[in-house]
Amino acid sequence: MSTTAPAPPRATPERLARARRGTGRRFGWTLLVGAVAVFVVIPVAEVTAGVLTPTPDLWARLWSTVLPGMLGDTLALMFGVTVGTLVLGAGLAWLVTVHSFPGSRIFRWLLVLPLAMPAYVLGFVFLAIFDAPGPIQTGLRAMFGQDVWFPDVRSLPAAALVLSLALYPYVYLLVRSALLEQAPATFDAARTLGASRTRAAVRVVLPLARPSLAAGLALVLMETLTDFATVSYFNVQTVSVGVYQVWKGQFDRAAATELAGLVLLFAVAVIAVERLLRGRARYHQKGGRGRGLATVRLTGAHRWLATGTCVAVLAAAFGLPAAQLLWWAGGDLLTGATNLLDPRYAGYLTNSLIVGAVAAASCAVIGLLVAHSTRMTGGKITTIAAHATTVGYAIPGVVVAIGVLIAFAHLDTALEALGVPGGTGLLVTGSVIGIMYAYIVRFLALSYHSIDASFTKVSPAMTASALSLGASPARVLGRVHLPLVRTGVVTALVLVTIDALKELPIVLLLRPFGFDTLSVWTYQLASENRWESAALPALTIVAVALVPVVLLIGKDRLEGAR
Amino acid sequence: MRPLVLAMVAALMFGLAGCGILFGEEADIQVYTGRHYDLEQAFTKFTDETGITVEFLNGEDAELRERISAEGEDTPGDIYMTVDAGNLWKAGEEGLLAKLNSTQLNDAVPEALRDPEQRWYGLSMRARTVMYNPKKVDPSEFDTTNTYADLAKPKWQGRLCMRDSTESYTQSLVASLIAAHGEKRAKDIVKGWVENDTEIIDNDIQILENIDAGTCDVGITNHYYLARLLAENPDLSVTPFWANQGGRGTHVNISGAGVLANSDNKKQAQRLIEWLATKGQNAFVDGNHEYPVNPDVEPEPTIKKFGEFDYEPINARAYGALNSKAVQLMNEVGYE
Repeated sequence: MSTTAPAPPRATPERLARARRGTGRRFGWTLLVGAVAVFVVIPVAEVTAGVLTPTPDLWARLWSTVLPGMLGDTLALMFGVTVGTLVLGAGLAWLVTVHSFPGSRIFRWLLVLPLAMPAYVLGFVFLAIFDAPGPIQTGLRAMFGQDVWFPDVRSLPAAALVLSLALYPYVYLLVRSALLEQAPATFDAARTLGASRTRAAVRVVLPLARPSLAAGLALVLMETLTDFATVSYFNVQTVSVGVYQVWKGQFDRAAATELAGLVLLFAVAVIAVERLLRGRARYHQKGGRGRGLATVRLTGAHRWLATGTCVAVLAAAFGLPAAQLLWWAGGDLLTGATNLLDPRYAGYLTNSLIVGAVAAASCAVIGLLVAHSTRMTGGKITTIAAHATTVGYAIPGVVVAIGVLIAFAHLDTALEALGVPGGTGLLVTGSVIGIMYAYIVRFLALSYHSIDASFTKVSPAMTASALSLGASPARVLGRVHLPLVRTGVVTALVLVTIDALKELPIVLLLRPFGFDTLSVWTYQLASENRWESAALPALTIVAVALVPVVLLIGKDRLEGAR
Repeated sequence: MRPLVLAMVAALMFGLAGCGILFGEEADIQVYTGRHYDLEQAFTKFTDETGITVEFLNGEDAELRERISAEGEDTPGDIYMTVDAGNLWKAGEEGLLAKLNSTQLNDAVPEALRDPEQRWYGLSMRARTVMYNPKKVDPSEFDTTNTYADLAKPKWQGRLCMRDSTESYTQSLVASLIAAHGEKRAKDIVKGWVENDTEIIDNDIQILENIDAGTCDVGITNHYYLARLLAENPDLSVTPFWANQGGRGTHVNISGAGVLANSDNKKQAQRLIEWLATKGQNAFVDGNHEYPVNPDVEPEPTIKKFGEFDYEPINARAYGALNSKAVQLMNEVGYE
């Protein structure tokens, strides 16, 4: 974001900064980030390269028909979800972190739970409850007659609400970890200087939390961009819906990926805005980890208002959908149609766990290495490459999956051309390696953003001192950076595990014969509208996803107690 | 650094373990399928009768076609099975399917429900017809010759529920309208639906529930969703009306299959498809209340009650090609 005019090479701010940090050019680390970026971009490029050779007919036709509406819907939805997740995520993080009221200690971690609830499940349950045949409207009709007015439930605002409820934990988690890591000194200083709590919050804490806020929002928006299932429940025509329509309805994958390229442009814009929002501001912890902000005890009506707000959000985002799933699963149990005793159940569960654990570990390791390398070199190329590693998150899973398929097919052909008989054969025909590859492409952003947000709070002076004392970059990583950014690493592990558990299109397309997961099973049943039977695997996903959330919380609480 | 190394080693081992699971024993026939309903039951029965083992991989029709195409000669698959004729047509066009010479299949599957070039065969039939709430609609209100087209008339204003344009069911219905009436007339029909303030719902079950709840009077859905809802609640206030009986017949689509051109077990694969079209028909279609393609096989009782009907022959070539036009047309008139 620097707008510095060309200056004599010796005195650029960047060089000065590097010199101050004691981080010279370290080609090895730059190379590492570059390699990761190439690795991630290949499958994305394989499919979206079509954007470079656009089909004029397609674009002219789309532009004269649905494209303006799709762009409008996409922007409106992004705006709605931004407002929704900001209010819910940042507001709740602030509320529970620096206030104490009945239940505040429990809400601190309960509020993460909606992370375990897939947006499409929430959307489906929302419709089951509020749509015309649902209990609410049926009740209203019984009381006030057939023509009773009810707001349109299949609408953009409803979709924005559901997505906000499902996605706010990203903002909540990152903002909360920012508030926890923030040294209380700044806030206290502002207060000592006479600022009211609100003023100190808005003028001091908010800017301090800005990088985390921006990182959380970037994740939310990328997730919103790729969502297909939830928005189609609500008849919202985003560009991603267009991708599916062109591909499946017009049998034109090439044209569809051109549209996917448009989604990618949106994502690049999101990343750019995120950088802009962070600006050149750098806020770092002084010394060790902060002790967090002192809490304020709420009194009177405020206490109950605070408790009520948390309960309402939790009920809407987690309680109700979980209850509905339980109801369905229970109904199935009573009619004896339950699949609880299905012998394949354990296998699906194991597969899901393997996939989740491996994806989380790989993404966390790579994300940490990329963030660390960026710190080690600090050059433009490294920074750009680091951002390039996150583009996959904005590509619909199914497009990434096809990119991986094509990349493998090309690799295969290349190997055969080089005289390796059969090439990589096994890779092409569906394998866990392919799934892992696609997951890393897709979810690296989650891990990089979480870890990077933590990194911004590590003072460069810390890195510099370690380096000047003769520690190798690898040692700095292990002994200095890792301990300081471990909140970010743990957040990364949790986010990737959960997303990998919920993820569907990649596993669906890349898995080998006989490799089914819980999400695949849920999909098979739900796609036939067998929600009663789908409820059990869906609940299991939620339950399994809760484990890392609870682990995260356990850690969180230890820190809160310090 | 130690935790990092450990994590990497763990990741690697998981990966290897994963691969170990995968490349264990293989079944004789591997099926890529966009169809999920009770496949397992039918395949188990086939294995019991023939000793040939079958394994299948679920997915979406279009994605699986993409996978088969990317795998090329290395594909482990032997059969491509879909829930839509358009995707079979496209697979045939792309050279992914082998030509079958099977008199058994040609005898069992009517000409109207299979590929003229014998690359794929319909195995079950799903009718997409008009559903109405008998408390609010008298069946005499429907046009018997052009039932779907008639729903564009102003008298249906505010009374309709239909499926979204992203769904292949809607696309193939509109494609059939284009095939029958030409593009211009078809466009007027769809425009009429839109101008009638049709409520677009992305789920057939919910369309039927809306009809039952009285929030719309008439909808268009696949017949088996009604059969399934009736099995749960026989008092449901929804009745099917067989569309176009005075004209070209009710719009149907098929769930069908073909043998992959790159299959290494074409003979047994063909045998499975033959079995599904003959002895295996009931095991294949009944669980989902679909109509058997084989005229010698009786449909299951629930849908038998819906009565007999004439169906419009599948013209998959036209569907596949017109599907794209259908999407375009719906886009142009603002059908969501």
